[in-house]
Amino acid sequence: MAPEKNKSIFRNVDKTLVLLYLALVFIGWINIYAAVHNTDHSSIFDLSQNYGKQLLWIGTSLIIVVMILLTDTRFFNVFAYGIYGIVIVVLIGVLFFGKEIYGSKSWFQIGGFALQPAEFGKFATNLAIAKYLSSIDFDKKKKLSKFIPLVIIGIPAILILLQNDTGSALVYASFGLVFYREGMPAYILAIIAGLAVLTIMALLINQFVLMGCLFALAVLIFYFYRKQRKVWGFIIALFIASSAYISTVDYAFDHFLEPHQQTRINVLLGKKIDIKKDGYNVNQSKIAIGSGKLLGKGFLKGTQTKFNFVPKQSTDFIFCTIGEEWGFLGALVLISLYISLFVRIVMIAERQRTDFARIYGYGVASILFFHFAINIGMTIGLIPVIGIPLPFLSYGGSSLWAFTILLFIFIKQDSTRLSGR
Amino acid sequence: MPVRFARSDRKLLILAIFIATGFIYLARIFYLQVINKSYATSANNNVLRYVTQYPARGLIYDRNGKVLVVNEAVYDLMVVPREAKHADTAQICSLLGLSKEDYIKRMETACKYSMMLPSAFEKQISKETYGYLQEKLYRLQGFYVQPRTIRKYPRAVAAHLLGYVGEVTPGYIEKNPYYKQGDYIGVNGLERTYEKELRGIKGMKIRMVDVHNRDVGSFEKGAYDTAAVMGSDLYTGIDLDLQEYGEQLLANKKGSAIAIEPQTGEILCFISSPTYDPNLLVGRVRSKNFAQLNNDSITKPLYNRAIMGLYPPGSTFKMAVDLVGLQMGVITPNTYFSCQGPESWPIKCTHYHGSPLNVYSAIEQSCNPFHFQVFKAILNDPRYSNIRDRYDVWYKHLFSMGFGHSLKTDLAYELNGYIPTVNFYDKTYDKRWNTMTVRSLSIGQGEILTTPVQLVNYAGMIANRGFYYPPHVVRSVGNMKNKTPFSTRKNISSIDAAHYDVIKKGMELVVERGTATAAKLDNIAIAGKTGTVQNPHGGDHSLFIGYAPAGNPKIAICVVIENAGYGSTYAAPIASLMIEKYLMHTVTHKENEERFKNMNLLYGSRKK
Ligand SMILES: [Zn+2]
Repeated sequence: MAPEKNKSIFRNVDKTLVLLYLALVFIGWINIYAAVHNTDHSSIFDLSQNYGKQLLWIGTSLIIVVMILLTDTRFFNVFAYGIYGIVIVVLIGVLFFGKEIYGSKSWFQIGGFALQPAEFGKFATNLAIAKYLSSIDFDKKKKLSKFIPLVIIGIPAILILLQNDTGSALVYASFGLVFYREGMPAYILAIIAGLAVLTIMALLINQFVLMGCLFALAVLIFYFYRKQRKVWGFIIALFIASSAYISTVDYAFDHFLEPHQQTRINVLLGKKIDIKKDGYNVNQSKIAIGSGKLLGKGFLKGTQTKFNFVPKQSTDFIFCTIGEEWGFLGALVLISLYISLFVRIVMIAERQRTDFARIYGYGVASILFFHFAINIGMTIGLIPVIGIPLPFLSYGGSSLWAFTILLFIFIKQDSTRLSGR
Repeated sequence: MPVRFARSDRKLLILAIFIATGFIYLARIFYLQVINKSYATSANNNVLRYVTQYPARGLIYDRNGKVLVVNEAVYDLMVVPREAKHADTAQICSLLGLSKEDYIKRMETACKYSMMLPSAFEKQISKETYGYLQEKLYRLQGFYVQPRTIRKYPRAVAAHLLGYVGEVTPGYIEKNPYYKQGDYIGVNGLERTYEKELRGIKGMKIRMVDVHNRDVGSFEKGAYDTAAVMGSDLYTGIDLDLQEYGEQLLANKKGSAIAIEPQTGEILCFISSPTYDPNLLVGRVRSKNFAQLNNDSITKPLYNRAIMGLYPPGSTFKMAVDLVGLQMGVITPNTYFSCQGPESWPIKCTHYHGSPLNVYSAIEQSCNPFHFQVFKAILNDPRYSNIRDRYDVWYKHLFSMGFGHSLKTDLAYELNGYIPTVNFYDKTYDKRWNTMTVRSLSIGQGEILTTPVQLVNYAGMIANRGFYYPPHVVRSVGNMKNKTPFSTRKNISSIDAAHYDVIKKGMELVVERGTATAAKLDNIAIAGKTGTVQNPHGGDHSLFIGYAPAGNPKIAICVVIENAGYGSTYAAPIASLMIEKYLMHTVTHKENEERFKNMNLLYGSRKK
């Protein structure tokens, strides 16, 4: 990228990222329009105003973009902890003074609009993580240094969990990728992946059968390594740990999860068919996407995504509308745009001169990727129904503002990487 | 540098995760949209129609397996407004006998609800119309027929007990997303209490419909269809014959009659009169009939007197007074008080009998002065320092006998009744009250209020010598073995069982030679007590409570006839007929039966 000659605030701003951002926001808006559009009686549906409101959110987001670009880059580094602290206070406040919508007590009602502070926790936590990992206090050899980042992401995650918004709390797991990039040993990622596989197996298969299989596997490995005594202890320990973990998962599933959460997981794992409730959402969503076929039904021609067929179609299930009306081609374009965005952010992060900007960049990519993977995975039936928005596309002011702030703080960092301002 | 290398290695792994996810998702979407042919059959012009499968509500049986409620198939003509734009309007109007304006109005209502979701265009069409419609349906795009069931009552009895089913309100739907517009829900009676059990689970069929409104098969071979699950049947303790018989005896009278099986609390019959034919509140005629019944302010047929009627218990309360007196030890079976008949003070006696008399004779002759003396002894018990503490002891004993609180039966809207509290008297009399102030309580008058179901429970508790299970209608749900939880809710009164023997003896004497000889039967020993309840709004209420056979009680009963007069003249003989009917299935006093069936006491009392 050759630096621009003019001295506007857009100087050195990465055009690719901005274009990708604008494209996604635009796609979001026209599909929110399509999701609620109805040629027969557009006025009798209360939610027919959604696309109008979204336009307002887009406009205000662009103002936020300008404000961020006008801010001195150092501000974000210097005040990272301050911003984090303010957001934590707000997250505590919402627990006491918040309004309950869709079963989550996570909203502040301001006039006719509802704001969801949890959305803003993401960029604030990302700032705090970047600040801490790039500071001189951070010493990989100290145990405390490994512990503090977990506290930084743990506090907002727990507060959001208390608001009964499991989806938004899970997003904080995405910092795992950041830690990995910054030197967390690979085996921890391997353990996390292993645990994920064990968890799914434990839910699918009777725990004693599964333990039997593991035992057989252990015996097999034992046989191959029978001459290496050192490995014995390791195999036995691994077997015991896995068995204990399976029992814990089984117990936790039966005792700690609420019935609706159990149902969601069972539906996803195919153990239970429940068309009317969560199975209904997923099946409706799959039918809608499937009916789009290769080329889609065409803009505003979708039938399944309208009205009550797919619930929450302009928020969590916006991808259904795209799949139905634009077909596989549309999905291909959209997913390519997202992957390009993530790859571009990682590449730009790698070219940063400061640790702070790089770590922040990885945080942006990880958070956006996590949302993308969960949301689309849910609509195509690969992941349980977890209600989190699709970045830049889903209807909603809080999420659009928050994702815009998240991304443009990074774009601002990048634009001043040479001058340091 | 090895470290640098490791870092960029990590960058590559992260990028690989991102890109791999993209490819996996695209592959999945490609499968859903292009490879999976089942979606291709749902071509652009085909419409998926979500047809709700309404389960039949559970049936309700009586204790002998006779059915109280059955279901009848009806058909709703449904419309999906968006698809109905090219339907043959004239055809529909002529089939249903509608004007063009009606059609437009109904269509607008349907549109207002939803363009894409079906709403009922014409509810519960007749079988004949349904036949015609089936033939013409291909010309009626956007219309289809939805089978449903409605209630039907073969014997047309027990309306207050069974309750009724109505359309669910929008406000309720908001709180209970299971229900959709047009669904039915139990509004009152058993239909309300056991709604969850009776309703079953709705199913859903996804059908594919082509441009000619032809059903071209199920979507994805029915993989997403769910079958409706029929509601669970209710097995009640009701004796349908007794119920019907009681309703005939109470016809054209205001009042109620409830009988229970004392050992279990199972309700044998539950009559609130005047009643109505439950078939009136079913189907298309429901709202019109409901308004009519609701507007009848003189006889109030919708008013459930059995659980909502509040009456002072009158003389039927005297056993409770004696039980407390015996338990507190302020009287014994050998305590005698004198009675000066009508000259007695402060409460007159309404009967002529020997004096002095003990508790047995006092119950037998329903002596007011005796019971005032017992009550006075309770409120002057020297073991307590003041009247408030003594009154509290009295209150607690009554509470344990099921007075002053709802019995938590399985019928909605049961009232608590009322036993005045210390606080109530302190407030009313500015803390200056004594035995004289509250003397009416000793004869079941004054501020005390009871419901008929509390009185029958009280009779049953005496029969059981001091315990009761809450009166309830339903024994088991779904199958005979799935018992309702009432059988685990044993309540034991705070009075020792031995004291009940004294009372029971007195109640046997009441029917044998006392105030209720009108209830006497040659073949069955009945124990009971009459009550003639003063009522500021009109003639006295006639009350009777009792149980039979006295030695081995199988039925406890309470009969209340409003504004009729003496308990001995109306309630007692009616109760006697019902007891005999239940135990012997036939009655000996046919002349009584005829007399009460034809007696009309609806409009004012015959005698004051
Ligand atoms: Zn007397």
